[in-house]
Amino acid sequence: MEQFDLVIIGGGSAGMSAAIESYNLGIKDILILEKNNYLGGILNQCIHNGFGLQEFKEELTGPEFMSRFSKKVNELGIKYELNTNVLGISKDKVVSYSNKDGYKEVKAKAIILTTGCYERNAGAISLGGDRPSGVYTAGQAQLYLNNYGKLVGKKVFILGSGDIGLIMARRMSLEGAKVLGVAELMPYSAGLNRNIVQCLQDFNIPLYLSHTVKEVIGPKGHLEKIVLAQVDERFNFIPGTEQEFECDTLLLSVGLVPNVDLLSKLGIHFAKSRGPVVNQYMETELEGLFASGNVLHVHDLVDYVVSEAREAAQGVYLFLNNKLPNTNEKSLVKPLKGVGYVVPNYIQKIDNDDKLIFKFRVAKPYKNINLVIKEGDKVIKKIFKLAIIPSEMEIVKIDKKLFELNGEDITVEVEEK
Amino acid sequence: MKELICIVCPRGCHLTVDDNLNVSGNNCPRGEAYAKAELTHPTRTLTSTVKITSKLEVRCPVKTDKPLPKEKIYEAMDLINHVKISAPVKIGDIILENILGTDVNIVATKNINE
Ligand SMILES: Cc1cc2nc3c(=O)[nH]c(=O)nc-3n(C[C@H](O)[C@H](O)[C@H](O)COP(=O)(O)OP(=O)(O)OC[C@H]3O[C@@H](n4cnc5c(N)ncnc54)[C@H](O)[C@@H]3O)c2cc1C
Ligand code: SF4
Repeated sequence: MEQFDLVIIGGGSAGMSAAIESYNLGIKDILILEKNNYLGGILNQCIHNGFGLQEFKEELTGPEFMSRFSKKVNELGIKYELNTNVLGISKDKVVSYSNKDGYKEVKAKAIILTTGCYERNAGAISLGGDRPSGVYTAGQAQLYLNNYGKLVGKKVFILGSGDIGLIMARRMSLEGAKVLGVAELMPYSAGLNRNIVQCLQDFNIPLYLSHTVKEVIGPKGHLEKIVLAQVDERFNFIPGTEQEFECDTLLLSVGLVPNVDLLSKLGIHFAKSRGPVVNQYMETELEGLFASGNVLHVHDLVDYVVSEAREAAQGVYLFLNNKLPNTNEKSLVKPLKGVGYVVPNYIQKIDNDDKLIFKFRVAKPYKNINLVIKEGDKVIKKIFKLAIIPSEMEIVKIDKKLFELNGEDITVEVEEK
Repeated sequence: MKELICIVCPRGCHLTVDDNLNVSGNNCPRGEAYAKAELTHPTRTLTSTVKITSKLEVRCPVKTDKPLPKEKIYEAMDLINHVKISAPVKIGDIILENILGTDVNIVATKNINE
């Protein structure tokens, strides 16, 4: 069986960034396995701009951003295989896959899983009514329009205010479709403020907060209309608030879920982010198996994806050089009041100067609060926030020396004034 | 007094602009420039795709190389939708020059080799 020091599963931004960083750290025996016939993952269809402000200090489109990484991968001569579907990972880190050459297995000393995320669909949100054609996830519609030039409809309603839905509201409007509105179940938007402005307000598209689609109507097999209704604080429909919209297309932008299928047989645990439980180097409970990018927790910014992938590469470097002991000496990291999830899920006691990086999201919008990070009862860091929303991930770097790391829980919580 | 959300970067700062175009609430100078422009002559970067003859792709993504006056966006879309190019094309290649007399070019945002 062929052997590699590092096998990377998924050649999107996370996978490429992890590969480049690993190479630069001296790990040169790398294989990237990618399902599509191109590198770059989801960014290939994100033709809008706004990427790379952190990474390159300039505003790039998705294809421009990812081409800088694929160019580097090619320049360094890092080995990759396209049109290759990874089928499984075993506990002893044998990766099995299939491509035009048939079924194959390779043995890896270390693995980084960077398989991204998938979009929740109509089934996942138990959408009421018929199941006609004309209902797409926003990402599907984005792929059809941007990569194949196919506009999926002319009269569009969008359910969910996630960024991809907002971006598609603008994109389809520009291509001549009429976008009738965007409905959001929560009383606040799931997308970034800038997208509300430049994708909805610029095109006079109404945003219906605390509203959802009650019924999809399309008895003849194609979508004819949707019934929108308002919900109360418990998300029950408020009778009498129903409105009908005639439309040929319903886009769903109702959330992204880490694509963790390949981990299901390994007996490892999953976190509130729905990705695997990891330590500060993104190592899962299976020694030598790392995860980063959207498969670990859903990121809204690719810049954060590529920096997280570098942290995973640092972890692989330590692991391959026997500097990442798999001890039971660990301190759990727990999200408390007001915090949805935190990455990492535990900190291992390791003797080096690396900083600890905590990434988390609040569970709902807050104003004038402190974010408090504690170890046991001791406050390690307090950060004041004028306003904070779930769609913006918080990243806090803390000097490891400030922690004892003697097994007491580390907690992250919102402190209201 | 006017309130705006800065769209220059994902932070989305809440900006306040007074009648003399004094800007507050911005976390960086780009926010100030944005607010002033937004209230005097708003502009947007436009991204779209053009048809391409290629072995690999049917569409090539493009963008304006500078922000375009907001009111010209639909006219620009019309120009973009009437172009067909052929591979090879490189990132930054000018697809349409000086559109609508604005000094803004439409450039390719993807390398398509064949
Ligand atoms: C539709 C959509 C739009 C987005 N828009 C923006 C945006 O506008 N701005 C922004 O900053 N961020 C955006 N994001 C956020 C995005 O999460 C990041 O920007 C980043 O691109 C994610 O990188 P990744 O490598 O984790 O995942 P991906 O780019 O999804 O890469 C995962 C890769 O793994 C491959 N793969 C999966 N399973 C297998 C398997 N079994 N075998 C082999 N290969 C496999 C996939 O083919 C894919 O190439 C968007 C995300 C989505 C889903
Ligand atoms: S003011 Fe600066 S930091 Fe704030 S959103 Fe605008 S560009 Fe970003």
